[in-house]
Parts: sequence; C-alpha cells; structure tokens
Amino acid sequence: MDLNRRELLAGAGKFIILSGSARAALNGDTQNYNRAEHWWGMAIDVSKCIGCGNCVRACAAENGVPKGYFRTWVERYQINGDDSEHPKVDSPDGGINGFPPRHATGVKSFFVPKLCNHCVDSPCVQSCPVGATFDSPDGVVLVDEKYCVGCRYCIQACPYGCRYLHPTKHTADKCTLCYHRITKGLTTACCEACPTGARKLADLKNPADPVHEFLRENNVQVLKPYMATRAKVFYKDLDGAVR
Amino acid sequence: MKNLLKESEHLVRLVLLAVVLVVGFLVFRKAVVPTGFGRYGHYRAPALDDIATRPISFAGHEACETCHDDQAKTKTQGKHAQVSCEACHGPLAAHANDPDANKAVKPNPAALCVRCHEADSDKPKSFPQVVSRDHAPGESCVTCHNPHSPAI
Amino acid sequence: MAPGVQGFMYPNEVELQWSVLIVLYPYITGLVAGAFILASLSRIFNIAAVKPIYRLSLLTALAFLLVAPLPLQLHLGHPERSFEMYLTPHKTSAMAMFGFVYLWYLLAVLLTEIWLDYRGDIVHQAQTRRAPLKWLYAVLTLGSYNVSPGSRRIDDRVGWVVTLIGIPSAFLLHGYVGFIFGSVKANPWWSTPLMPVVFLFSAMVSGIAAVLVVYQAVTRIRGRKVDMACLDTVAKYLFYVFVLDFSLEMLDLVHRMYESNESFRALDFMVHTRLFVSQIVLQIYLGTLLPIAMLALTQVVKLRPAVRSVLYTVASSLTLIGILAMRWNVVIGGQLFSKSFLGYTTYKMEFVTREGLLPAIALMILPFPILWVLLKLLPPWEEKAAT
Repeated sequence: MDLNRRELLAGAGKFIILSGSARAALNGDTQNYNRAEHWWGMAIDVSKCIGCGNCVRACAAENGVPKGYFRTWVERYQINGDDSEHPKVDSPDGGINGFPPRHATGVKSFFVPKLCNHCVDSPCVQSCPVGATFDSPDGVVLVDEKYCVGCRYCIQACPYGCRYLHPTKHTADKCTLCYHRITKGLTTACCEACPTGARKLADLKNPADPVHEFLRENNVQVLKPYMATRAKVFYKDLDGAVR
Repeated sequence: MKNLLKESEHLVRLVLLAVVLVVGFLVFRKAVVPTGFGRYGHYRAPALDDIATRPISFAGHEACETCHDDQAKTKTQGKHAQVSCEACHGPLAAHANDPDANKAVKPNPAALCVRCHEADSDKPKSFPQVVSRDHAPGESCVTCHNPHSPAI
Repeated sequence: MAPGVQGFMYPNEVELQWSVLIVLYPYITGLVAGAFILASLSRIFNIAAVKPIYRLSLLTALAFLLVAPLPLQLHLGHPERSFEMYLTPHKTSAMAMFGFVYLWYLLAVLLTEIWLDYRGDIVHQAQTRRAPLKWLYAVLTLGSYNVSPGSRRIDDRVGWVVTLIGIPSAFLLHGYVGFIFGSVKANPWWSTPLMPVVFLFSAMVSGIAAVLVVYQAVTRIRGRKVDMACLDTVAKYLFYVFVLDFSLEMLDLVHRMYESNESFRALDFMVHTRLFVSQIVLQIYLGTLLPIAMLALTQVVKLRPAVRSVLYTVASSLTLIGILAMRWNVVIGGQLFSKSFLGYTTYKMEFVTREGLLPAIALMILPFPILWVLLKLLPPWEEKAAT
C-alpha cells in the first residue's frame, strides 16, 4: 500500500493537521459563529428511515441522555387494512436498540423518528414561569439547567412529548439540536449517525441549504399542525396516521 | 382632618411597612438577578454559551477524512457513500483529538451489519435487506463485502 | 412496553410529572378561597346569620393558605430556586403569577383583614399578657395602641374595602390555578375555558363545606351550642353553589360527549377504566349527587336540628372527599392518557418519598394544628375558650 496521509501523519507523531473547521470544532471554537445568520430546523424523510436506532444511540452518547429518557426516539407504525385511525404503534425503549424484525405481508408499516420540533411559537417557552427555557436567537429551543426550578410545566405544555425531567439534575431536559455542535459547523449527532440520510439538519436562513428544495419539491408536513406551534422539523411523506 | 390622621396612624404604619417590604424586595432583586438576564430575551444570556461549550463526542466525518482519506475515497465510490464514518464506528472525537492515546476499535461485522440490513417488513422496500440466517450463514459479512464499498 | 402501560405512549410520557402533591395544591387553595368567600358574605352582603363564623372562616383560610406553598416546594426539582419566580417572572406563563397572587392575597387581603378586625384584641393582649407572648402581640400592633372608637370605625371601613377587594382576589387566587390547567392546549383533558370557572365553583363548595365541618367540630370541642340559624344559612349556600358547580361540570361533560372529537374516545375509555373509582364513584356519586340530595332534603323537608346537623356534617364530609377526588381526576387523570391518544399509563404513587402519599397526608393534617394555634392566639369568640 502506498504511503498514505495517515501513516505519514502517524509517523509525524502528535503533530496532526486537521482541516480548519474540524480542528476548530474539536477545539470547541465558536468564535466564527454568528447567531443572526442561522435559523435551525430539521428535514426528515420518513421513507428513508429504516428504524436502525443509530440516531437514538448517538444522541444518548453525545449528550449523556439518562437511560429510560429520550431526547429523540423512533416510532414504528403498522396500519392494518384501511384502519388508519387505529395504527399499531410501538417504540421499544425509544428504538435505542432498533426494532425486532418482522415479516408481515399486506400491511403498511414504517418508522418515524421524532425529536423536539424547535417550534417558533413553542408552548413550552410560553409556559416557563422563570425564563429557564427559551428560544435562542438562532431558532433553537434550549433549557438553562442552572436556572430551571423543575416545576415541569413545560413538560406538560409540550404537545409532542419530547421533554422529560432529568432524574439526577432535577431540571427539564430535551433535544438541544446539538447546539454545542451546530455552533461549530458540525451537524447534530443524530444526523451524523443516520446511515440513510433520513434526518438532515436544516438551516433555513442559509439560501444554499438543501432544505429549501426539500420543502419546495416534496409533500411536507409538521407534526400536529393544528397546535399552531410553527414547528421547524419538516417530515416528507408523513402518513396521516402518525400521531 | 388632624383627628382623622391621629385615628388612622396605625394605617399609616401599615402602609409604611408595605412600602419598606416592596422597596426591600426591589433592591434585593437588583442584587440577585443573574447578570446577562434579559439581554436577548427572557432568559440568562450566558446560558447560550454554557450550552454551546459542552464537549463533543462525535468528531464528524470531515475530521475522520482528514487522516483516513483512503477509506473516504473508497466510500465515495460505493453504496455507503452517504453513511458517515461514525455511523458504524461510533463516537470518535476523542480519537480524532489524540489518536495514539484513544485508539478506535474496529466494530464487529456480525453485530453491526444486521442492525441495518436484517430483513424487516417495516423497512422501506427499496432498502437492501437480507434474512441473515439464509444469506451465507456462518460467514462474516466482510468476507464478501468491503464495508466501505459493499457492492460485490 | 413498560409495565403499567397499555397501548402506546410517547416514551417520555410514561412517568407522570405532577404527583399527588399537585393534587393537594388546588385543593388547599380552593378551601382558602371558599372559606374567604363565606366570610365575605357577612361583611359585604350583610348576611347577619353567618356573622358567628366570620372570624373562624378567616382563620381557617389563613391556616390553609400558610400550608398551600408547601406541596409545591416539595414537588419542585430545585425548591431553593423557587424565588426566581419573584425575581424574573415570565409574563407569558400562568404559573409565574402564582407568587405574586399568593403574596398579594396573603398580605394585602387576608392578613390585613384579620389585623383590622382583631386589632382591638391584639392591643388588649399586648397590654395584658406576660412575656414572651406579650412581645408577639406587641409586634402585631405595629407600634400603635390606639383603639379608640374613631380608629375602630376607620378599621371597619377600611376592612370593608379590603374584603371587597378580597373577593376578586380570592377568585384570582384559585381561578388562576384553573387557568394553569385550562390553558395547556397540548392536553385535551385540561384545555377548556370552563376550567377556571369549574375550579372556582368547586373551591367555593369545598371551602364552605370545610367551614361547616370545622365550625361544628370547634363548637363541640368548646362545649358550646351550635348556632343553627348560622349553620342553616351556610348549608343553604353550600347547596346553591353545589348545584351551580355540578351544572358546570355536567355542561363540560355533555359538551365533550356531543362534540366527540378525536380525544374524546381516549378520554372516555380512561374515565371508565382507570378513573372509574375516583371519578364515577367518589367524585360524582358519593361526592356530588349524594351530598346534593342530602342538602336538598334539608331544604324541602322540615327536619329536627339534630338531624339537620348530622346531615350537614355527613354531606360536608362527602363533599370534601368528592372535591379532592375532582382535583385528583383533573391532575392525575390528565396524565394517565397519551397525547397520541393511543395508550394509557399508571400512576405509581410511592409512600415515603418526597412526593409520596405520606407527605401528602402530613400536609393535609398540618393546617389543623396551625388553626389550633391561631385559635389560641386570636380567639374568634368573645368568651374565653374552655381549652
């Protein structure tokens, strides 16, 4: 095998040259990030999700999510015949170990990944009595764990079930859209780990972001649109039976 | 009038007590509300940095490709082009920061490949999937399939 | 799925967020509001028959109001940060107003009204008692020992205004708790504009029932005779308010059944299974219909005072249980079903933990020793109490 860059660099010892943004990211450098230039969301293609659970595992690893609680999870839907009003839904441990395979015929079934929708008019932010959960200027709904009193009103207010009370910190917790990653030019852990590209981080303020074409060219929905939360997680090919 | 004042002197005391409590509270509030609260909205502005500076576990495929460009090149030519490195290899930011101190571990194909490719009627029909018991049973997947470019 | 779960729930929904302590909080503030409204009847509406229980109602309200924040503090993940609600209240949050409404009601309404009414007694005690109680009363006088008829007339006038402001304040104190639930659009069991109104009327019912029970108990402990005219009037108000409260709850139910929207089937199933005992049996039959029937009986049939007393006591006790059941059905019931409408979970109430049944029982008992102390310090009646 010819001398590749890795062996060369390994020989050079610890002096490693990484690409600019990768090094910056690993260094925790957020100085180049301007919040006003971004408006974050996510684009999910339901027809690509294979229910492998990589996203759930990656999120747990990246964010130290406690066992039994979920910042993201995957639901499996099975619709028998015409009965779309009574789908059979399950999410064993949030899909963290994938799903036991089935070999059914003649039914419609699919996977739906879910996470915080980072709503523009989020009912959770509205309900927080002290200002511990908030909308960042770049469109991410976050929780200030040093300020949260743990009243759990926000957890009640979320129509999507994406919040939980952290069992040891006793503060509300949820998906942060990997704010610590996206502010460094990386994508979220779940999007990084998704093998099929079903989940893609979206920057709605970036004219070059593929999300604009995604929204224009496909049939797209948000979850529970009648709640008027102005969710920013957009689902392509979301079946009407999805709750 | 003077009589009224004399007779309601206790009320004046009550009102004064109320004023003292309110003023005391406002002073206390000024001292105790955290700095930066309200700068961008009704929250502690420093919280944004608190959250943004948390450590990362996944390096991101760009970091991997800087050193492992041969595997990266192989990948772009195959069906796993869109599968990022850490989707299979797990979180490796520690390794990217200090590869000698934090060695990456090769994943076990027997456990790894079936996670995605085990046949499942719930998966999209167009997704490549096999019933692993019937598909070259006993053989490791990597005997025939290069994980970075799996087509035979 | 997880044990205790039937059907599908979003993974984070399986565990209930608001426990039995959050059932207690609206119950206790409800008793406060109800007892206060009853006291106001004699002051503002000059209903002389209820005058004998005026002071007792105020002290009962105070005893419960002092305990009211405790279940909340026990529930919070960080009670040491609860003061943040005063420092940086988020104006869009119904809950943020809690601290201010509570303080306003405690200080500007209840304590002020009690102080104005009792000032004569306070000054007298400060002048005649021995230390250390003497100092307590001296502090309560705020340094003014003027109890001339002129000053007492002013007290009466100002007290009347305070009571007048107090009525909407009491409505606010408990009504906003209803709004805290009623404004949660994510939860169809809670989300209805009727919620604050239903909460308020059930609060009045529970408060009046509480005073009925407390008055009879305290009077018997003192070895005195119960004022039947007073008791009859209070029971009459209990009956009227109860009928109103029941009508409102039935309106909500009939409306839901008729409109039968997406959530209805899931909620209906929940009521008939997991909430059957607490809602159908305890709240509706034993806690509402039976007491209303008993009270109606006393209104239409001429019964001996002793029989009426017993009926009032039994009806009030059932009412108190029924309204507690109603709070349970709202708070716990609202968390037993999934927001996907595809499943149900179970409330696993523990016993000795911070949010368990034991602290809940202790908190329900606590107002009574506090009331006992208040009755000792500020006796409601002219004659010196036997105990």
